[in-house]
Amino acid sequence: MEIEILARIQFAFTIAFHYIYPPLSIGIGLLLVIFESLYIKTKNKDYHTLAKFWTKIFAVTFAIGVTTGIVMEFEFGTNWAVYSRYVGDIFGSALAAEGIFAFALESGFLGVLLFGWNRVKPWVHLVATSGVFLGSMFSAVWIVVANSWQQTPAGYHIVGEGFNARAEITDFWAMVFNPSSMDRLMHVWLGALLSGAFLVLSVHAYYLVKGRYVEISKKAFKIALIVATVFSLSQLASGHSSANGVAVNQPAKLAALEGHYEASSPADMYLIGWVDQKNEEVYGLKIPGGLSFLVDYRFDAPITGLNAFPKDEQPSQVNAIFQFYHIMIIIGMGMIGLTMLAAFFLWKGKLFDKKWLLWIFVFSVFLPQIANQTGWFAAEMGRQPWVVYGLLRTSEAFSQAVTDQQLIFSLILFFFIYSLLLVLFIYLLNKKIKKGPYDEEEAKDRPLTKEISTAITGN
Amino acid sequence: METFLGIDYPTWWFLVIGGLFTGYAILDGFDFGAGAWHLFFKKETSRRIAINAVGPVWDGNEVWLVIGGGSLFAGFPIMYATFFSALYIPFMLFLVFIIFRAIAIEFRSKEEGKLWRKTWDICYSISSIMLAFMLGVILGNILQGIAVGKDYLYEGAGFFEFLTPYSLLTGFTTLALFMMHGAIYLLLKTEGKLFKKLTYLLKRGIIFFIISFTLMSVYTLLKIPHLSDDFMSHPILFIVPLLAFLSIANIPRLASKKKYQMAFLFSSITISLLLVLVAIEMYPNMLLSTVDPKYNIDIYNAASSTKTMKILLTIVAIGAPLVLGYTIFVYRTFRGKVQMDENSY
Ligand code: HEM
Ligand code: HEM
Repeated sequence: MEIEILARIQFAFTIAFHYIYPPLSIGIGLLLVIFESLYIKTKNKDYHTLAKFWTKIFAVTFAIGVTTGIVMEFEFGTNWAVYSRYVGDIFGSALAAEGIFAFALESGFLGVLLFGWNRVKPWVHLVATSGVFLGSMFSAVWIVVANSWQQTPAGYHIVGEGFNARAEITDFWAMVFNPSSMDRLMHVWLGALLSGAFLVLSVHAYYLVKGRYVEISKKAFKIALIVATVFSLSQLASGHSSANGVAVNQPAKLAALEGHYEASSPADMYLIGWVDQKNEEVYGLKIPGGLSFLVDYRFDAPITGLNAFPKDEQPSQVNAIFQFYHIMIIIGMGMIGLTMLAAFFLWKGKLFDKKWLLWIFVFSVFLPQIANQTGWFAAEMGRQPWVVYGLLRTSEAFSQAVTDQQLIFSLILFFFIYSLLLVLFIYLLNKKIKKGPYDEEEAKDRPLTKEISTAITGN
Repeated sequence: METFLGIDYPTWWFLVIGGLFTGYAILDGFDFGAGAWHLFFKKETSRRIAINAVGPVWDGNEVWLVIGGGSLFAGFPIMYATFFSALYIPFMLFLVFIIFRAIAIEFRSKEEGKLWRKTWDICYSISSIMLAFMLGVILGNILQGIAVGKDYLYEGAGFFEFLTPYSLLTGFTTLALFMMHGAIYLLLKTEGKLFKKLTYLLKRGIIFFIISFTLMSVYTLLKIPHLSDDFMSHPILFIVPLLAFLSIANIPRLASKKKYQMAFLFSSITISLLLVLVAIEMYPNMLLSTVDPKYNIDIYNAASSTKTMKILLTIVAIGAPLVLGYTIFVYRTFRGKVQMDENSY
């Protein structure tokens, strides 16, 4: 098979797998900080129990996130040598900054977070937890900056020619604050925080419907629900702002996201649809003038179509891009609906009687995960055929020295290892959830506080 | 070329990266080394203690690799690109073992079953051994040179080209060095029976290291003359290997006196001196071409722009004290012998 295709499959597979875990670590991190702060503030043991329980799950997501991340860092050199040479001057500084400012902070404090419960005072522990959380937030900053530079290059000039051409920094801050980086950083952050919040919602909804750990789960559910509601709403605004940026900076991508071939005013927006790439048409449910309105707040604003670009500068997988993008948006809307509904019942004091709603939450954990993945796929495939938008083509960027056998070897290797990791991850997660935040048997034997006893009997 | 304090920027960055990889070798060195001994401990409690000795720190140690890799990418992108794509297979294997090791540490304690624990113990130990060994193999390839041709393209082929007699020797030597270093680290962290066992294992480790190190040195002098050129022209540099020998000789002496803290210091110094030796032999080259010396990758033709170098040095100047700060904080929190509680692995 072609080396380019193999290299892309390997990259897409390894990064998509990596990207299951960082959002969970970041999102759970925020809730750990909240639980521990509440414990210090209220002295209520339940928050301590929650913090310890979620730390255990955090440890597993974090470990897989770290190891799969190290793979990513070296894959640029092994598989994308030409690309690495081309962008090293720029991308490298972001990656180095990430290592020093973010990963060191995260991993440095991780030991204390996981093992320090009995060794340091609660507030010192909270400092460590916050350090880990901030570190993970920072790590998103640098990697997203680097990726956004690929989407919308700024603050650089090209030196050398042909094979030796490469981008060099002229203005560090212009590179960091390139046109898409802040929008996308917000969007990625919110997506990550939502992933964690929905995992917490899902697990505690499960306990609630099963009548286990009820008191403690109500507390956790309320907190996570607030986080999820606020951030679901923010995610809509953030996505909208991203889309506006794409319209200006990457018009070919915007056209692909909506399957928009011919320039038109007004341009329609599809809720769901199917792109017939041969006939360059879209079938589906549309809002007339919707796209024009979203981009320019006028129903008749003109929108560039794909055909304005030469064939070899258009993304080829328009239907896939369209579908990924629309799945993300549908899920985003669904999350807003779900959290608003739950918040409404919470306000009415009826939330915990609505078993059917809690059951939906049990399965809601997949929503942000799918939206995160499809969002990245839409963004990255929409950038094709460029690795660095308008500057370097994907077909020129892979390692010339690597053979297809080597790639197939490593691809198979990663496929098996990652499958194993996923199975183990789900197995352990399931086990931890079954085991619960504290030992119910043990709690029965001890003289009970009122809170714990109600938690056990479930009323 | 622009300079800072009389030293040009690529040289500064060469020093920084050298420092980072030295730090990495010392830190992950002891934790790979400790893992390499793992199957020699027979009892479940011993194994648990051994794992918990590295438990709170292994992840922080690995960050040095991450920073080192990022710094190489940023400072010498051409080196980064050629080096990693040329040594594709060894690096892929390295990554695989990194994954297995981390997962073994994390997953081992999550189930009681004998088979479960045994599987992860084997996984943990073999990956630790292989990681130390692969690092040595990669170092051997750097010292020996690889087939870099025009436009920095690797011209070699074949799956196993990276496995040469010399790289196998450097592999074993690195493994032995880390095992010695790791045994000393574990001695600092354990008591009782396990401690006794380790004093015995450390002796074996020292012997293993001295034998493989001697073989490797002899091979280097006889077969790889380009590495000693610098020393012939600047005899003053001989002080470095001399110091390295003294430092190595000091380790068994301190161990027999049971001064393990000092022994650990000296095994760390040994690692540093050996890497300084490598740096002197290579500088200003980073990757020697076996095709033609005109294709050597050195710190000048591989470097990023001066502007980037300046930015990087600023990042390091701000970041290094922070990193040092929380590293000290963690090691202080977990100082002394391993104590187990319900949070341990
Ligand atoms: C973590 C979230 C990310 C996901 C899920 C993701 C997803 C993808 C996918 C699906 C592809 C393949 C596109 C195709 O073959 O059509 C790809 C390619 C690529 N991405 Fe990303 N990506 C992520 C982050 C990044 C980041 C942070 C960078 C760089 C800073 C990056 C750089 C690249 C490069 C160099 C390629 C290969 C060239 C190409 O096929 O476009 N990606 N990514
Ligand atoms: C609710 C409506 C949403 C809209 C209008 C929207 C819009 C967008 C747009 C336009 C992009 C492409 C940005 C670019 O290529 O520069 C994008 C990417 C992305 N979306 Fe969304 N999004 C929405 C919801 C969500 C949700 C709910 C999640 C996850 C929980 C999510 C996760 C992502 C991710 C991870 C990316 C890739 C990173 C990036 O390019 O920013 N999105 N989104």
